[in-house]
Amino acid sequence: METVIKANKLTKRFGDFVAVDEITFDVYKGEIFGFLGANGAGKTTAMRMLCGLSTPTSGEATVAGFDVFTQPEEIKKNIGYMSQKFSLYEDLSVLENIEFYGGIYGLSRSEIREKNKELISKLGLEKEANNLVRSLPLGWKQKLSFLVAIVHQPKIVFLDEPTGGVDPYMRREFWDLIYDAADKGITIFVTTHYLDEAEYCNRVTIMVDGKIEALDSPGGLRQKFGVASMDEVFYKLARQAKRSAD
Amino acid sequence: MNAIELKNITKTYNKGKVLAVDDVSFSIAEGEMFGLIGPDGAGKSSIFRMLTTLLIPDKGTATVGGYDIVKDFKAIRGILGYMPGRFSLYQDLTVEENLSFFATVFETSIEENYNLIKDIYVQLEPFKDRRAGKLSGGMKQKLALCCALIHKPKVLFLDEPTTGVDVVSRKEFWEMLKRLKAQGITILVSTSYMDEATLCDRIGLILGGKLLSIASPEDTVKAYPEKLYAVKAPAMYKLLNDLRSHDCTMNCYTFGEYLHLSTECGEEEIREFLAESGHTDLEFKPVTPTVEDCFIRLLKVQSDGNGNKSK
Amino acid sequence: MKQLLSFVKKEFYQVFRDPKTLVMLFGLPVVQIVLFGFALTNELKNANIAVVDNAKDQASQQIINKIAGSEFFNIQKVLTSSSEIDAAFKEGKIKLAVVFPVNFYNDLMHTNKASIQVIADASDPNTATQLTNYINTIVSDYQSQLSPNSSVPYTIIPEVRMLYNPDLKGAPNFVPGVMAMVLLLVCVMMTSVSIVREKELGTMEILLVSPVKPLMVIVAKAIPYLILSWINLAAILLLSVYALDLPIKGSLFLLVAESTLLIITALSLGLYISTVTKSQQAAMFASMLGMMLPTMLLSGYMFPIENMPVVLQVLSNIVPAKWYYIIVKDVMLKGLGFSAIWKETLILMGMTAFFIVVALRNFKIRLE
Repeated sequence: METVIKANKLTKRFGDFVAVDEITFDVYKGEIFGFLGANGAGKTTAMRMLCGLSTPTSGEATVAGFDVFTQPEEIKKNIGYMSQKFSLYEDLSVLENIEFYGGIYGLSRSEIREKNKELISKLGLEKEANNLVRSLPLGWKQKLSFLVAIVHQPKIVFLDEPTGGVDPYMRREFWDLIYDAADKGITIFVTTHYLDEAEYCNRVTIMVDGKIEALDSPGGLRQKFGVASMDEVFYKLARQAKRSAD
Repeated sequence: MNAIELKNITKTYNKGKVLAVDDVSFSIAEGEMFGLIGPDGAGKSSIFRMLTTLLIPDKGTATVGGYDIVKDFKAIRGILGYMPGRFSLYQDLTVEENLSFFATVFETSIEENYNLIKDIYVQLEPFKDRRAGKLSGGMKQKLALCCALIHKPKVLFLDEPTTGVDVVSRKEFWEMLKRLKAQGITILVSTSYMDEATLCDRIGLILGGKLLSIASPEDTVKAYPEKLYAVKAPAMYKLLNDLRSHDCTMNCYTFGEYLHLSTECGEEEIREFLAESGHTDLEFKPVTPTVEDCFIRLLKVQSDGNGNKSK
Repeated sequence: MKQLLSFVKKEFYQVFRDPKTLVMLFGLPVVQIVLFGFALTNELKNANIAVVDNAKDQASQQIINKIAGSEFFNIQKVLTSSSEIDAAFKEGKIKLAVVFPVNFYNDLMHTNKASIQVIADASDPNTATQLTNYINTIVSDYQSQLSPNSSVPYTIIPEVRMLYNPDLKGAPNFVPGVMAMVLLLVCVMMTSVSIVREKELGTMEILLVSPVKPLMVIVAKAIPYLILSWINLAAILLLSVYALDLPIKGSLFLLVAESTLLIITALSLGLYISTVTKSQQAAMFASMLGMMLPTMLLSGYMFPIENMPVVLQVLSNIVPAKWYYIIVKDVMLKGLGFSAIWKETLILMGMTAFFIVVALRNFKIRLE
């Protein structure tokens, strides 16, 4: 199996505070990799390091084959990123947003035109294609955001709590898109507060106080902790957390 | 007397162009914990703001604690506790300063109603000199709840108090709500987490400004009209696509480690179909629906009705 | 009352804990004034000057030695004739020239009176004033050294000539302008931003549903900024009196009272902006556009209003800073009393009343 993310004793300190404490893991191509943890466990910091947005204090890591210390720019070319705060421009139309991001990642005109068609039909937004993004419901924005994040066919896409505040039906439609992307070979690295979504991942890590306390398939974790749901696994682990602030 | 009562409440924005709340009526008994369940933009916050006298409905009437929300807004403001969505306190003030500020605003003091917030405040006490902006999400919510409770309100309005909060903090938060309910406080709470819905006495499912159903969580679940199965196989994504392609399938979606399937055909027929499609190690069992299943079904019906088919 | 106090306390905490607000509040005015003053003090040490000694006698030598010995001056050139002075100024090599007339000591001894000529480059009015003041001090120092030996006091009269800018425009105009700008900026921007921030945070919703009266929210917001503005005002006045040597000629009480009026005008305008904007950025932008620019351009402190096109002249009448600027100039620089500025005061009062009424009408007890 091809490894696309390799982290070895990756650490980030802010002064005395160890936000991320020697985390080690591999992520394989086409995998949906869930990254869980309570608020303040260090998820976002870890994710930022892997995206080349923040330089680690120590340890080593490669993303898509590039080193996070020395080649952050190369990493950025090979990943997609979607955070809770959407990267979409609210005052541009759906089509204009796709064109803009396609342009940023250096897609040609004909490629962009093709992408436009593909994305619009995938979302069923034919009627709304020329509407401003502002006018779309939250769930649609999130789906569009995701498709825009992978418009340049990145090797890996990082999703930071992509489904917050969305209804259960929309969340599932969102996950359908994730499955589809993973099926096409894009590796998915996702954080979430919804533990039922943890079940949809191939493998899940749970971070507590900056350390990785568990890493396995959801079924493996349930078995190991002798409980019936991921909810309980998480609860058992996260309750031990000493740290309570972000 | 009902603590909260709404009659045919309608609210529009932008001079009638956006319909936020559409002819909603329901009532909440004194001491009841009522959950308003719905996605972002369903109209939950508008209902909260009308009941907390911050907005005036276009049509309909409503009372809180027997007072009219338009005429007697001053009286209502004296008896309610409110935690707005994305309420974030004063980031520059410490935990203690925030609390004592809101205490004086509501013409009381921390000491006066300390017993009410004691359980919650004990957890915050170690951080009382920390600024609110530096607290974790869960801690912020607890502080906000303390601030909303400080004047011993009769009715508590909590608009999405647990959005963006991790599971552990969410569980603790709901433990607190249970204790408040035990003290006789009426609670109206909204959430987009379905698992929290089961903790309410009654829930109202709301979508597009319309109340779709009101019942206890148990009755909501009992009213689920179709048979529901849980299905599992090693190749989950293929399983999902295969089941969705079957003619009998009414709805099929991921649900934790399983897929939930409602179908017009019998179990045997589906099993055969899946075997033909090459699935092995199949797990296939009937399940009792959850609130989430009920909600998904309602959303699906609505979405199909709008012609927004998204298969 | 307790509510109001805790409200004001909270407001103060917030101001003092937000570095950005603090910089805006105190950094800006101090920087504006100090930049000016600093440029001054820096140049004041070892200022290059020229000396034309037509007397070449005991007295002129002693004074020149005193000047040379002072840390403020550096005698760059000793010229032989007055005709060379002009060239030296034009080259920009000197800031000041001192000319001793022929028979300086003789005149002084026999008539007890003599004059020297002090020529300063007034294109930088502050430096020019400052330097001539130092020369005066040195000369009068010398005078008093001479005097104990004689029953009749000797008098040396420095005849000061300001080159290039005889009226010394600059410093005096600058201070009232900065005062207007700082007070308006602080009050308009701070009040509007601090109220809008509460809307953004969602705390406004809580305040609205609490038994607190809306008027109290407004008053509580205004009090801290009023107090902070007074502090700012005091800082500016102290700096201008002690660092810029710009005395307050008129009544200090009147000046503070008129400034308080402007502060209230600004607070009510800030309140009005907060009722019509939804985000902190919008409030900031509106304050900038609505206050900063007109104050800078149309108050008369940077550009004389008389020289503007008629349209702008008419427009300048609705800028509160214009009236305040006139008031401060009259009171502070000319030393005039209330009888000279009652008209301007009335106009400012009218504006204040207008903004308060509009703001209160717009301030909602509900959302929307």
